[in-house]
Amino acid sequence: MNKTPLFHLSMRNEITKQYAWMVRICSFLFAILLGAVIFICLGNNPLEAYGIILSGSLGKASGIRQTVKYAVPLLGTALALAPCFRMRYWNIGAEGQITAGAMAATFFALNCKTMPQLPLLLVMAVAAAIFGGIWAAIPALFKAKWGTNETLFTLMMNYIIIGVVKWLQGGPWEGKPGSQIIPNFVDNAILPKVGGVYCGWIVVLVLVVLMFIYMNYSKHGYEIAVIGNSVNTARYVGMNVGRIFVRTAFLSGAICGVVGYMVASGAHMTLYSDVAAGVGFTAITVAWLAQLNPFVMVIISVLMGILEKGASSLQTKLAIPASISDIIVGIFLFSMLAGEFFIRFKISFRGNKKEAAA
Amino acid sequence: MDGAVPAVKMRDITKRFGSVVANDKCWLDIYRGEILALLGENGSGKTTLMNMLSGIYFPDEGEIFIDGKPVVISSPRSAFDLGIGMIHQHFKLVDVFTAAENIILGLPGKLDIHAAKEKIMDICTKYGFVIDPDQKVYDMSVSQKQTVEIIKVLYRGAEILILDEPTAVLTPQETDRLFAVLRNMRDDGKAIVIITHKMHEVESLSDRVAVLRKGHFTGDMLTKNTNIQEMTNMMVGRPVELNIKRTETVDPKPRIQVQGLTIKDAEGTVKLDNVSFTANSGEVLGVAGISGCGQKELLEAIAGLQVVESGSICYVRDNGEKEELIGKDPLKIKSLGVALSFVPEDRLGMGLVGDMDIGNNMMLRTYRDSKGIFTNRKDPYHVAHQMVDFLEIVTPSVETPVRRLSGGNVQKVLVGREISNAPTVLLTAYATRGLDINSSYMIYDLINEQKQRGVSVIYVGEDLDVLVALCDRVLVLCGGKVSGIVDGRKTDKRELGAMMTKLGGMTNE
Repeated sequence: MNKTPLFHLSMRNEITKQYAWMVRICSFLFAILLGAVIFICLGNNPLEAYGIILSGSLGKASGIRQTVKYAVPLLGTALALAPCFRMRYWNIGAEGQITAGAMAATFFALNCKTMPQLPLLLVMAVAAAIFGGIWAAIPALFKAKWGTNETLFTLMMNYIIIGVVKWLQGGPWEGKPGSQIIPNFVDNAILPKVGGVYCGWIVVLVLVVLMFIYMNYSKHGYEIAVIGNSVNTARYVGMNVGRIFVRTAFLSGAICGVVGYMVASGAHMTLYSDVAAGVGFTAITVAWLAQLNPFVMVIISVLMGILEKGASSLQTKLAIPASISDIIVGIFLFSMLAGEFFIRFKISFRGNKKEAAA
Repeated sequence: MDGAVPAVKMRDITKRFGSVVANDKCWLDIYRGEILALLGENGSGKTTLMNMLSGIYFPDEGEIFIDGKPVVISSPRSAFDLGIGMIHQHFKLVDVFTAAENIILGLPGKLDIHAAKEKIMDICTKYGFVIDPDQKVYDMSVSQKQTVEIIKVLYRGAEILILDEPTAVLTPQETDRLFAVLRNMRDDGKAIVIITHKMHEVESLSDRVAVLRKGHFTGDMLTKNTNIQEMTNMMVGRPVELNIKRTETVDPKPRIQVQGLTIKDAEGTVKLDNVSFTANSGEVLGVAGISGCGQKELLEAIAGLQVVESGSICYVRDNGEKEELIGKDPLKIKSLGVALSFVPEDRLGMGLVGDMDIGNNMMLRTYRDSKGIFTNRKDPYHVAHQMVDFLEIVTPSVETPVRRLSGGNVQKVLVGREISNAPTVLLTAYATRGLDINSSYMIYDLINEQKQRGVSVIYVGEDLDVLVALCDRVLVLCGGKVSGIVDGRKTDKRELGAMMTKLGGMTNE
């Protein structure tokens, strides 16, 4: 008798908003504590370390600029992924779609050097959106027609386009022979700065509002939500599920493409094969942590920006190796994801009620 | 039984889910050597109460006594230790394992499959089960899977068995077999609880009935001292008329003409073979048949969801114009001005979106109608509010996801939405499956109302009593072929039953 497990998990039935936020704050505090343990183990003062993270990322204007620069593509890509994930279409090819967009934009940046700035930037944006969209729509088309698995397909598409850019870098688009580098864009092909950072941050903030409206109030958003819940129901009311897959994937890829264009033109002023730099994957975490809510994504991606910039300040100021910074970022992400788990599930420990059983 | 110590005594059991009170100070006594039928409408808290006995939920308040001693049931394992086993509506078996492997799964101690098989065979002979312990679960019929679940519980030494709607998925023959086994177990001194909606099963099987209403315990009595009418009244809380009304047909004119319809599934098996019939406006055309005889394909073909091999389905307008429906999707059919409503068998998987609330589910058919790229969110919620009031849908609010509603209320939302589109054709598949009496009668009333409006109703059903009582004409399918169309007023269920098995070589004596 009494072989009841030490604890068991059960799904929570109703979660109050206050409770959910309390858990989130607690998991954030827990991450800070856990990070402090790491710092102590390394022989650093955790208060000093956290101070450097904050002052490094938010203390000076240059720090803030770096933080924003990191947060912009992350936010843009998370927004792009949101409709796909709402539809339960697992687009993990954002990395490739960013690269594809950056590549298309670069084509015009390198070949239309004489075009005036505004038309050139617009042409680059449109090209990036179309090519990024097409890159995302190909797996969707295959899924719609032949039921292929989009997770593997979108993932593989990443490697193809990154390979293509590598080839361009060392081949047709190479600047100085043997340099393996594509020359910097002409000034007309570079995004203007607003507040010290390329204007992409305005674009993504506008996109936050647009995406929120699209997902919650448009007919497309409604169709996406229905398909995400039940493909059969969507067919039953006459939705063309395949077409909606392709359409949504195109939209997602187009936004990723624009993000790629902004990063290449605004931040790097050139194209290289690692232009996406893992943003396409980190954005998946951002999208889920925000539970696909565009406004929450702003907070999460800024937080990620702070951590990332702060971690690099740690490297320079306390000589903490890069791998430790990655561990700190990992601890924060892990704790926040674990928090979401505790919001949805409840752990009951045995022994609360100690009446002896027969 | 008076004077005997009940095997299980539940006292003042209360369970809340957020603001919803599922059980409110419930009492229940279960005796050995007795079959207890636990009755109640959908959402009256039967399953919740039993889940607390089997350790799935933990009561917020109240006490449970086993053989007179107070116990704490904190997990399914501790329920097993007390000899309580529950067979759920949805089976929990590992498909790729054999029966024996599933039965011993999770038991502590050394794994000895041979000893286990012997013990399984002993249980089978004792109670009259028929099972092959080496058969894989994916090869089993629903009834065989259920047998495995029951043996699994007995193998763990259960003395108190709880079965949640065990006959919902069984054919009449399988039900008889199950009942024989249950009676054997009762005679062996086990305590058995069966949750069911089917009143004739209650009468033929149970020794005692206990009734719940809206989370409250309303009483128990010996089955022989009561009758269906009294039990129903207790469940519903007011006298209920137990006869299905059948109104006269309203000016019947051909509305749907099906000619030589043949359908094959993805594997090339013929599901419907040269089916022809006409459904008239202002009448209810029943479709009878053993499940899987092509009923689903027939309705989905009319609704534009099924690829058709050959044949034609014509919609006949009031002025006699005909419109071919084959090759058109639901959207195209709607754009022709054909108001076709369809209540599919799979309510949450096809008719509704489980995670969306009632208002959003109302929009499914109409969201395209608003101008521009945005959806109109106001009107659907308005319709939802009206419907909740009109159909007495029990829900915390119209913003509650329909998945959280009980079966009967889910169906009311679905039927309500389909009717709100003012259809001229209403297709329904197993519209009252899993519904309690009160909800079922409401659905019959709604169907009759539509008939009065001149709608052509096609009613696919499984309960022959209902088909005979509700439908004006009944089309009988057998192995994908029409074995006849009979007048609902002149036929009886014996005739329908014989026609259901006429083709396919299974002639009844």
